[in-house]
Order: sequence, then C-alpha cells, then structure tokens
Amino acid sequence: MSGKNNRRREPLTDAQLLMTISIGIFAAMYLAAMIFMGGGFLKAQQIFDLLNDNSYLIIISCALTIVMIGGGINISVGGVISFTCMACAIFLNGTGIASGPMGIVLALLLALGIGLGFGLLMGFLVSYLQIQPFIVSLAGMFLARGLTTILSVNPVKVAHEGFLELVKAKIKIPWLGYVAQNGNLIPAKIEIGTVVAICVVILMFVLLRHLRLGRNIYALGGNRQSALMLGINVKRTCFYSYLISGLLSGLAGFVFLMHKPAGNASVAMRSEMDAIAASIIGGTLLTGGVGNVIGTFFGVMILATIQKIIALSPLNASWWQEMASGAMLGFFIILQSVVLSHRGRKTKK
Amino acid sequence: MSNGFKKKMMSELSQLVIPLIALAILILFNLIRDPGFFGIGVAVNNDGNRVLTGNLISIIDSASELAIIAMGMTLVTAACGGQDISVGAVGAISGAVFVKMIQAMGGINAGTFAVALLLAIVVTICFKLFNGTLVSVFRIQPMIATLILYSCGRSIAYWINGDATPQLTSPILTAIGMTIPGIPVPTPIFCVLLVGLLLALIFRFTNISLYTQSVGINQGAARLNGINPIVIKLLSFVLLGVCVSVASLIGISRLGQLNHKTLLVDIEMDAILAVAIGGNNLGGGKFKLSGSILGAYIIQMLTTTLYAMKVSPVNVKAYKAIVIIIIVIAGSPVVKEKVTALWKKLRSSGAAIRKEVG
Repeated sequence: MSGKNNRRREPLTDAQLLMTISIGIFAAMYLAAMIFMGGGFLKAQQIFDLLNDNSYLIIISCALTIVMIGGGINISVGGVISFTCMACAIFLNGTGIASGPMGIVLALLLALGIGLGFGLLMGFLVSYLQIQPFIVSLAGMFLARGLTTILSVNPVKVAHEGFLELVKAKIKIPWLGYVAQNGNLIPAKIEIGTVVAICVVILMFVLLRHLRLGRNIYALGGNRQSALMLGINVKRTCFYSYLISGLLSGLAGFVFLMHKPAGNASVAMRSEMDAIAASIIGGTLLTGGVGNVIGTFFGVMILATIQKIIALSPLNASWWQEMASGAMLGFFIILQSVVLSHRGRKTKK
Repeated sequence: MSNGFKKKMMSELSQLVIPLIALAILILFNLIRDPGFFGIGVAVNNDGNRVLTGNLISIIDSASELAIIAMGMTLVTAACGGQDISVGAVGAISGAVFVKMIQAMGGINAGTFAVALLLAIVVTICFKLFNGTLVSVFRIQPMIATLILYSCGRSIAYWINGDATPQLTSPILTAIGMTIPGIPVPTPIFCVLLVGLLLALIFRFTNISLYTQSVGINQGAARLNGINPIVIKLLSFVLLGVCVSVASLIGISRLGQLNHKTLLVDIEMDAILAVAIGGNNLGGGKFKLSGSILGAYIIQMLTTTLYAMKVSPVNVKAYKAIVIIIIVIAGSPVVKEKVTALWKKLRSSGAAIRKEVG
C-alpha cells in the first residue's frame, strides 16, 4: 500500500517499486527504439499516436485495476466495449432527436448507461450474492458479446455528421510538431479520446489515493476480514468498485467509437486480457490490495510500444507481435515475483 | 443405514444438487417443447457403418473435449485455487506438434500415430510444467501465469506449422473423431470414459486426491504434514496437460484438419464454467470430478437446445449467459442459506400443525 505522511522517509513500498520498474523499463525501451529504430520514434507525434490508438485500453485498464485492487476481477470489459459501440452506432444512425447535435450527448449517456447497467448487475451478483467474480464477469462477457450480435451481425458505420466531426476533431500543438519533407509544419495531434483517458487516470488516481472509497477498496483487497473488523461496509465497497469499472468500460466504448466510428461484433476482442496484462505490468497484484493506476498507464504504454516496435521492424506479423508481448509479459511476471520474494526475505531478517 | 453414513452421503450429494436440478429442468424443458427431442435412431454413415443418431448422442458426443478438459481443470483449480486459461492455446500447440510429426514421418499408420501422439503429449506436458512452475515455485496467480501462453500459444502453434492449416485424412483419425467400424457409438464418448476411468483409478489407488485437496485448502498446513505443495501442483498441471492433448487429438480427428485459430477455441472459458456449475469452489480445496463432467454436459445441452430453438449460433452466447447467471444465483451461498432457512421454517410449522391436528 502506498506510504502515508509519517512514513515518507521509508523505502519504497512494493507497489511503488513495481511501478518504478515498469516506468524505468518503458523509458529504456522507448530510448532504445529512438536510437535503433529512429524515424517515427524521434517525433513527439509517436507518443501521441500510441495514446490515440490505445485510449480505450487505458480506460478499461484503469477499470480493471480498481476491481483487482479490491480483490476481484472483471473480464467483461471488452464485451461491454463492443456492445456500447454497436448500440451507440445504431442509435446515432437513427432519425429524430438522434440525428441532431443532441444525439451525441444522448449517445454518451446511452454508453454510460449500458456500462452502469453491467456494473450494477455484476456488482450485485459478486458482492451481495457472493458469487465468484470470474464466473460472473465471464457471464457478463458472454451476455455483452451476444447482445452485440443480436443488435447486428454486420458492422454498422456511423453516418451522423456531427459525430464524424467529433471523430476528426483533434487538439493541435504546433511546437511539438515536425516539418514534413515539403516544408510544411505538421502539428502534433491529440484525439479527444486521449484527453478523456488522461482525465480518467487522474480522477482514478485521486479516488484511490485521497477519497474514502478508494482507501476502503485497498483495505478490502488487502484483507477482507480486517476491513470488516474496521467497520468498513465491505459489500458496498465491493459493489461500488464494480459499478465504477462498469461505468468506465461504457465510457471506453464511447471513446473507441470516437476513434473508429463503426460498431462491429469483433471489436476489442481479447482486450480484457490486454487490460489485465497492463495492470499486472504496472504493479497491480491479482490477490488485491496492491496497485496504482499510474503504473497501469505505463503498463498500457509498454504493451503499445512493443506492438509499435514489432510493427515497424522486419518481423511484422501478428504472430510475432503476440509472441513478443507474451514473452514480455512472462518476463515482467517473473521479475515481479522475484523482486517481491527477495524483499520479503530481506524484511524478515 | 447408520446416521453418520447417511449424513456423509447427504453432504456428498449436496454439491451435486444444483447441477442435477439444472440438468433435470433442461431435460424437462426439451421434453415439453419437443417430445421427440431425445429420440435415438440408427443411420448408415458415408463409410457404410451403422451409427446411432439423435440429439442425445450428439450432445454427449460433442461435449467430449469439454468434459475431458474440465476434469483436468478441476484438479488444477483444486490444487492451485485458480484456473488455467491457456488450455485452448496449448491444445492448439499439441495439435500442431502432432500434425507436424505425422507429416515429418510421411503419413499415418499405427506406429507413426503412436509416436506423434506420445510426442504431442510430452510437449504439452512441458508447456504445462512451465505454467505449473510459475504457479508453484514463483507463486504467481494461475490466471496470470497462464495468461502468457493464452496470449501467445496460438501464435506458437502457427509458427510450428509454418503458416498453414494442414489437412489429414486417415481411417485412424476417422475412427477417433467419428466411430470405429462395427461400433455404433461415437468414439469420443469412449475417450471421456477412458480418461475418467484413468483418473478414477489414480485416485482410488493413490492419495493424490486427498493431497490435492489439502494443498488447496491450506498449503502451509499441508507442507507441515509432509506434503510437498510444489509437487502436487505440478502434478495437477501434468494431468491437465494429458487431458488437453487427448482433447486436441479428438478435435483434430473430428475435422480432419488443424486450424490453429479454431481448434478448441474459447474452451477455457467453458471449462471453467463447467467446473463452477459442477459446484466446485473456484478458490481451491474440495473438488468433485463428477460435478465438472455434469457441468460440461449441461453447457453442451444448453447450446444444443438453443440451436434446436433456431437461435443463430452467433447469438447463442447471450442466452447462455442468462442461463448461467440463473444457475450461479441458485448455487450462491446466500441464496442457499435463505432457501435452507425457509425449508426449516416450513418443516417446523408443518410439524406444529401436525401436532395440533394429532
């Protein structure tokens, strides 16, 4: 657990150590890519591209981190993304109020509502009926994926003009841009989704570190029995953690739609596993009680950088990408385990 | 019957109550919907053999891979308190090794078949030992440790086979995937029986079952009693590896080809579900193989029922999810407690009424 005021001079806690390692590895990897690959990695736009392409992943990774800190798991996030995308795409293509500018706001509300609905259902089943979270969220995943194909088996492209404007809208930063071959200055571009994702990371950081609910989630994940003894409403805390994660996955669905404006049944396949991997790399323990959204953010960036490096290298094949990210994940997991057990031995002495 | 024995039988059976009720409801539902649903007929297949046909046979037949993997998954769940999500991917690797060996030896006959199968099993066990080492020695959560192979296993299978989906046709494979000439029952059913019998014999003549449960319940206590938790956990992964290899062989034989993308796809989720529906605790400890097998058949019967009701295959997941949610709610500890309390109240009030009348 992260240190409190009176422990400021003490060495890093486990979570901080793991987070530091992942930040260090991200920096080293990016530096190596800059030196050996050159080209795109020398431009600031590269980092923004990584962020733009993975903004939805950052959001669902935060969603998973919160649930995992509370000692649970939620593998329905990918399914919720695909369902939200499909529902919003169909809604935006509708007539009446949906075709006007209000349609976008309503679509966002719809996305959040769907996420909230899944969060409510799973949170209730996990915390109040005490069903194993893995099974509950597995059923949630099946439900979301199935509902997506019930809505439409074929991809649905968004034709809403206002929404397409929103997709194209980008924040431009001239001084981070670069000069193209024809002499034009191309500014760095940031999508709205990225801004949303960064806001989510900051909000969740504040929630987990400074709000009572956040501290309760840590206590719950650390030791359920002690949390109960401390007078924490364990069930409600657990329920809220699922609620937040459901809400965030609905938001991630909307952000995904802003990145690729089409609903598709196969969207965000296996992204739940990427999100779990990112959380783990960032220093969250699946056993609960340990974790940090900043680490998770860097976990996503590490996975994204690996994919980018392989995509730009001669080994550009999807199976090389998968094998490399698998190997990287293995390396991190073993590193974590070794570091933690080494520290455990030290403190015992 | 002594009271103690009766109590023991009751506790043994209580775990199976929910899955049995679920199965009964499914059967009843099908009988009401279509009385001929479970009819069994005899037909002559392309090779001129007489085979049994009908929904019941096809349910039991097509649940074979799931049932076999669910058995292995139960052991890993019991010993490690977590699940292996890489079984589908490792199954693809096992299939790739099997096909590659057969191709390297130039065709299928009894000899090359045995060698290739043996090698596939050995390779699968090696991969499972990798998972098992991460779980037992490095003490990593099983789901995380197996996430590595989950994400890259199918790529490894693809790489072994050199970017291809090879076709295999041979009477041996037809005999395993379909039926043996002269025997009307599909062979995969016998494979389930064989694996089940093998595990039952292992549990009957060794203490592995007891050791697995004690490691799952309290690892420290088990160690103090002279059980090596690392060995027990590794053993559970080895047994799962064998199960995965057999299931992968059935999967290849059924289609006569190896497709690394679709072989045993998503079976890990169904297997975990089967374990949970069978009343086993996903947190480890006590387990019941029969429950998991029952769970596998429930899942398959559900899928077949939905197909029979003209639900399109891509939409099946949503309905499946709803039924699963109902089953787990019925099996949840809170609901169980409430139902037992209600039952007791009814019985005591019934007894009171009887007293008054009598």
